[in-house]
Amino acid sequence: MIYDVVIVGAGPAGMSAAVKLSQRGLAVLVVDEQPTPGGQIWRGIERNTTGPVLRALGRDYERGRALAASFRSCGAEYAPNTQVWQIEEGWSLYLSSNGKSRRIIARAVLLANGAQERPVPFQGWTLPGVMTVGAAQILLKSGGMLPQGQVWIAGAGPLPLLYATQALNLGATITGYLDTSPPLRLKALSKLPGAWRDIAGLAKGFRWLRELEKDGRLIRRASGLMAQGDGKLQDIEWQSGGVRHKAKADVLLVHEGVVPRIHETLALGCAHAWNSDQNYLAPELDRWGETSRVGLFVAGDAGGIGGWAAATIAGEIAALGIAGRLGVAANIDSLRQEARLDNRRKRALALRPFLNALYSPPGTTIPDDVIVCRCEEVTAGKIRDATRGMAPDPNAVKAATRCGMGPCQGRQCGYSVQAILAEQHGIPACDVSFFNIRPPLKPVTIGELASIENAEEIA
Amino acid sequence: MFKSVLDVPANAPDMTVVVNGVDTPAWNGETVASLLLRVPDAGRLTPVSGASRLPYCQMGVCFDCLAVVDGVASTQGCLTPVVPGMHIDRQHGRREL
Amino acid sequence: MDADIIVIGAGVVGAALAYGMAKQHHRVLVLDGADRDLRAARANFGLVWVQGKGADTPAYTVLTRESSDRWPSFLTDLTDLVEAKVDYSRRGGLTFCLGEAEYTKRAALIARTHNYGGDTDTEMIDRAALEHLLPAVKLGEEVVGASFCERDGVVNPLQLLAALHRAVALLGGKIMFRNPVNKISPISGGFRISTSQGEFHAPRVVVAAGFLTPTLTNPLGLIIPLRSERGQLLVTERLAPILPIPASGLRQSFEGTVMIGVTHETVQDTAVSVSSAAKLAKRAVRIVPALASARLVRQWGGLRVIPPDRAPIYAESADYPGLFAAVCHSGVTLAAAHATSLASTMATGRLSEEFAAFSNRRFDVQKCA
Repeated sequence: MIYDVVIVGAGPAGMSAAVKLSQRGLAVLVVDEQPTPGGQIWRGIERNTTGPVLRALGRDYERGRALAASFRSCGAEYAPNTQVWQIEEGWSLYLSSNGKSRRIIARAVLLANGAQERPVPFQGWTLPGVMTVGAAQILLKSGGMLPQGQVWIAGAGPLPLLYATQALNLGATITGYLDTSPPLRLKALSKLPGAWRDIAGLAKGFRWLRELEKDGRLIRRASGLMAQGDGKLQDIEWQSGGVRHKAKADVLLVHEGVVPRIHETLALGCAHAWNSDQNYLAPELDRWGETSRVGLFVAGDAGGIGGWAAATIAGEIAALGIAGRLGVAANIDSLRQEARLDNRRKRALALRPFLNALYSPPGTTIPDDVIVCRCEEVTAGKIRDATRGMAPDPNAVKAATRCGMGPCQGRQCGYSVQAILAEQHGIPACDVSFFNIRPPLKPVTIGELASIENAEEIA
Repeated sequence: MFKSVLDVPANAPDMTVVVNGVDTPAWNGETVASLLLRVPDAGRLTPVSGASRLPYCQMGVCFDCLAVVDGVASTQGCLTPVVPGMHIDRQHGRREL
Repeated sequence: MDADIIVIGAGVVGAALAYGMAKQHHRVLVLDGADRDLRAARANFGLVWVQGKGADTPAYTVLTRESSDRWPSFLTDLTDLVEAKVDYSRRGGLTFCLGEAEYTKRAALIARTHNYGGDTDTEMIDRAALEHLLPAVKLGEEVVGASFCERDGVVNPLQLLAALHRAVALLGGKIMFRNPVNKISPISGGFRISTSQGEFHAPRVVVAAGFLTPTLTNPLGLIIPLRSERGQLLVTERLAPILPIPASGLRQSFEGTVMIGVTHETVQDTAVSVSSAAKLAKRAVRIVPALASARLVRQWGGLRVIPPDRAPIYAESADYPGLFAAVCHSGVTLAAAHATSLASTMATGRLSEEFAAFSNRRFDVQKCA
């Protein structure tokens, strides 16, 4: 069977595009690793229909319900619990679910696989008990789970604030919140006029801050975070107010912003550009979300961080772009205008410049003894040693240290290697390339590979 | 390390799974990864140094939640919803075939 | 003059030559290309391999054996100097045969290599002997036997390359990365090398730049015919030890990952395909069925540098003495020979008689014949 469109990701962007494309009568398949729709932001939206968890998650979460319902009834085929492990020109997509792989064909592909947290290595970050704020929020959304014991949050950005408020509302105890964001600078304030278009978003942010400050659990301008313990997290240390502090800890939740998931677009050879506000690579997209490869589109955070509202609009825009590309709609420009998509998008992104300036990416040098590559346990020092006198080439680092050769294939270490090389050579990070991304996109078994269905069709 | 707000006497567990050979209660919506967080000694030991790890990202990009699920090693726990009777075992270092 | 010898290409061929020359107290400058240039040195299986080589080119068989026998001491000297680890073992190697037809074909090829050299280092072994060598695996039903060569070994090729680079620097040589060469021009007393970062001069130049070699040497009349052949391979997650003896398409690295290969495709890019992955996986599972549950972590491809008869080309310019070319697809196995006898002879300015069979002029003869 040949689909018109395969969408990877059933989050805000993916669901939005699926609804629009199905309305045009196109054959759409949506593939997602999760068991139910919603992406990360609306994780578990179908399960959390009543109860304390839903109440605690707030209004933004509830917004996902209607879209998830539309998605379910729009007529698109939906393959949950399914991983895409390779995409080839033509387009062939290789999917794995329940231990079996199959190949499907589509005329166009939309990648809506979202973002991941920016990996920021620090002493002890691989200890059991240290995890991302996003991870904690996923546990909250999918199982109503809350961290126990001495719980610390450390980071910068809207997400840790949101999570802290949600958890506190459910009766969790947050021992302390270390705000690592740099002091508010003039450039952040100067972006404010544009941000007033999104008053609800700003007000939300300030309410969260007040909650924490009230209880004396908010520590500003924290730095030098270290996690310590024997085989698991037991203490943390940090610097604030000119003094070094130490405290017991059972759980440490960290967050330093989100970055687009680019492994798929890198593996497919799409052109990427460096976003210097937030120090990440994102695929270059035209105004319809098409990448440098014809028929391959990206929508949502995978194309650049913008949040859920911008993602749903990007899904609509991409749906139009794909319809145009497939030749089933001749008037996509006027349709775009009629739906006021650009205006809506502008509004949805109004707060971004302010947030970007407020939460500029951290720039600390990674100490030598800190693990950079979690999979292969390669430290920053080992990377520096191995590449002294060599070109600033991450692939040379990979060859010399195995950094980036483990199962995550550089998702947790790619930017760190870039930063280390940039520093070593005195050049900006954007002048250092990223790892060569090799298939498979997910570690499929040799047995599955040997027995792909429809294999006889493969040239 | 993590406990469900549903883990109160009024909310009986939805199922039983087997972790490292021991019967363990679980709830709908949980994944293997959330079990690794609440059952001791279930997290993987790395194949490089044997260091102990627990899930880090819960979204499939860190691979620290690998476990042996119903006999299949190197399964990403965070992408595997629990079902009744599921067998979950700690993944020790370099896996055996 | 910037150096006694300029070596163009810091891959395993260039680096081994530079190391050998620096060891003999020559001033060496190595110029390496752009980050995205094709780099066979970073894309190989790591075999230090003798069996089956040079079945129709006896000099190649002899050179390969010599290099293989020199390898342990070559490596010890190298690692002693750089004080770094390079994983290497020499316990013999296998080529699996599935079914009687494969076995017979393989036996015939091995017999051909013996006919010339007289040295019978490779033998055909049956399934029972194979099971004895590999007690930890259950072999697939179709495995009838293998060819086994006691000289074969494996190395971590990336560690090898890094060690060679370090050694060159330690011995007073210099490697300039990100310095692609545009042109070689003869001048009085030697050559001028024009690169993106300036000009360099030396009385002798060795071009060991893989596929880029002909673009640099052909304009000067030193014609190096090459074609590319892609090899794709699969690498699994780290596994508990199961394969103590390496095979040509299946070996377990020192870290525990299993490498499954390799294709032979007449193409010019390093893209990989699912169809090749599926083919490689199918064969691997026929040899060791338990591999079916191992997870594939990455797949990549490299381009072999293939002269017309597959044997190396060591050439010197007749018109411009001091200009050499060195290309082959077995730079890892031949690293020992390159670092010793080939380095010596190139440093003297003339290729010795021992390398006459590898001259590029042998292809002219074939054209005439």
